[in-house]
Amino acid sequence: MATAREIAAEEFSAVVTKHRPQIFRFLLSSTRDVDLAETLTQECFLKAHRNWGSFRGESSAMTWLMRIAINLQKDHWRNRRLQFWRQTQSHAVDLDEASEWLPSGERSVEQQLLARERVQQVAKAVEGLSERQRTVFLLRYVEEMELSEIARATGLNEGTVKAHLSRALARVRAELGGRR
Amino acid sequence: MSILNKSGEVGDLTEEPEMLDEALQDFRLSLHAWSESAYSWPRRAVEPGQRRVWRLATAWALVCVLAAGGASAGLWEHHRQEMKIAAARLVEQQRRLAAQQRARQEEEDLLAKVDLAGVDSDVSREVPSAMEPLAQLMAEDETR
Repeated sequence: MATAREIAAEEFSAVVTKHRPQIFRFLLSSTRDVDLAETLTQECFLKAHRNWGSFRGESSAMTWLMRIAINLQKDHWRNRRLQFWRQTQSHAVDLDEASEWLPSGERSVEQQLLARERVQQVAKAVEGLSERQRTVFLLRYVEEMELSEIARATGLNEGTVKAHLSRALARVRAELGGRR
Repeated sequence: MSILNKSGEVGDLTEEPEMLDEALQDFRLSLHAWSESAYSWPRRAVEPGQRRVWRLATAWALVCVLAAGGASAGLWEHHRQEMKIAAARLVEQQRRLAAQQRARQEEEDLLAKVDLAGVDSDVSREVPSAMEPLAQLMAEDETR
């Protein structure tokens, strides 16, 4: 008969398998650095494993994990600002390269080029956002999380989340050639 | 349903929605594709044995560098001491030579002050009594 600890370990293992790619993707989108994203993802799940006993299921496991990932990222920025920038500058993929991953689908060459250009513009706008705006923007438009989930993951209220999203979108639109 | 339409509560951003919507979709797709690819990249694992060999080689190299550094520092120190001793010897020698020269100079000065010619004549005139007859003969020869 399985003990409570074994059951918890199995549950956690299932959570890791299910959510690891998404946590990695969020951290990769935020840092644009594969190695750093991998390191922070590992730290995130290590922390989650240590605190798995205290997870009461008040929010989904994904929201809880995302909150840990956001805090880790924030700590990384705050504690090693200089090193982080140095590392980001040296390892981060530039905007051109990031847009190369865009699937071609059934588009013509011209449409593909246009799409890539737009992706670069969005990426440039996102790069210029504040840390909080960028986090909210990525959670909404890359991870497709609901506003209430974003609010829980970031510890902000929904009104603030909306305000950050609104500013972030205005910036993206301006970058794309629209008006603020 | 587009992302923008789904999040219609985010202020007045309905102008040019299609273009913005498409750009955001493409942005999302590119990040998903990149992340998926990066996630499945094989992680480079270094064999423990290989790692141990590298560590050992590094340790040896470090030991060699430290030993060479220590030896060269010792040699340099020895060389420095030798140079110092040689310099001290040279100074001592020069000092001794200068002292000798000074003594010699003083002696010459003293001799220069004394009338040596007078001394010679005085000495030559004082003839011992036993030699007196021979001295007289010489004096006679000179007068002759």
